[in-house]
Amino acid sequence: MMRIAIASGKGGTGKTTIAASLAQTLSREKSLSVLVSDCDVEGPNLHLYLQPDFKDTKPVFQMIPEVDNETCTGCGICADVCQFNAIVVLNDKPLVFPELCHGCGSCTLTCPEAAIREVPVKIGMLMRGPGKSQINLRQGTLDIGEPQAVPIISALKKWYFPEIPDLEIIDSPPGASCPVVEALRGADYVLLVTEPTPFGLHDLKQAYQVTEELGLHAGVIINRASFDEKGVREFCLNHDLPILLQIPLDQQIGEGIARGKTLVEIFPEYEEEFIDMYEDIKKRLLEC
Amino acid sequence: MKIAISSPDGKADSEFSGRFGRCEYFILMQTDTDEWEKVKNPARGSRGGSGPQVVQFLANQGVDVIISGRYGPNAYTALQASAVEPYLAQSGTPLDLLGAFREGKLRKAAGPSGPGHHR
Repeated sequence: MMRIAIASGKGGTGKTTIAASLAQTLSREKSLSVLVSDCDVEGPNLHLYLQPDFKDTKPVFQMIPEVDNETCTGCGICADVCQFNAIVVLNDKPLVFPELCHGCGSCTLTCPEAAIREVPVKIGMLMRGPGKSQINLRQGTLDIGEPQAVPIISALKKWYFPEIPDLEIIDSPPGASCPVVEALRGADYVLLVTEPTPFGLHDLKQAYQVTEELGLHAGVIINRASFDEKGVREFCLNHDLPILLQIPLDQQIGEGIARGKTLVEIFPEYEEEFIDMYEDIKKRLLEC
Repeated sequence: MKIAISSPDGKADSEFSGRFGRCEYFILMQTDTDEWEKVKNPARGSRGGSGPQVVQFLANQGVDVIISGRYGPNAYTALQASAVEPYLAQSGTPLDLLGAFREGKLRKAAGPSGPGHHR
């Protein structure tokens, strides 16, 4: 199985449109079995393109410590070992702040009185099912007000369909922090989508650094290419980043997306470009 | 009685700090002896949850009363679980505020001051 992740520092560069279009092309034209994982758990919207029937759902829980005040001696070890300041001991009684807890379990493990047990607290949902063009889609959704996206993404990536696909396409959240790292981990190749603006370039640099830190192979897609791409081109040249595809700024594309259509549904001729890009990526992965 | 006042520079005669969880220093004053000392806020640089950490720190120092500008929800929850009483001030040096507290001119915080700072 090959795993391609689609990322960008900046939001709104076209990650989801490209993920859905690439998935559709390879499923229809190359007869690959494709799984798409929408890891943008704070705003998953790839389902709007692929319109899946989410047959399976599963809640995601985080384990939060609960202290038995009868057994607790107020020694304070739990507060000392907590790296996230989620427990303080006041008047010899531990006080837990669930929204600061990362569920690491250190307090439970180190309590000398075994006075702490962990209770599950729901922080989000996973969904999966078949969508358009015989593509399987799975997505995670972080509950409103919950601060931690990473556990949802990590649970989503472990929740496999019974059948192993030929290709997995990961739609990463925007940015360059922990949720992006979690989404990209384990990818064979990362497509960095950018636009030729100072904002696109600035955030491309950050996303590129994440791929470097993780030791992942990456290439660039320039979306809304129209005016001066010199900055993006120079950056790619200086960092040996291949530019794999350019999609022009085109009103018809914008109008089509506004009606919920993927790029290849608007302009089927892009299928050829996506196939070429896929073959190009395969070749690059064989060479390294 | 021991009073802690948030401070940006650890000086008793310059303007206090309105920040609680992430202020630089606390001035600890003994009301019976008028002695005071400065302590660095150990939770100042924490990634999150500085409020409860500071409450725990000050409670362990034997502080009875805190004077600051505002308290976040987590800090306030921790304060309620402790024996420490939070008072509010708008401006003044720690020495001024000690005087104001003695004269009963400061108001006790009745709840968190607005939403959290770290969401």
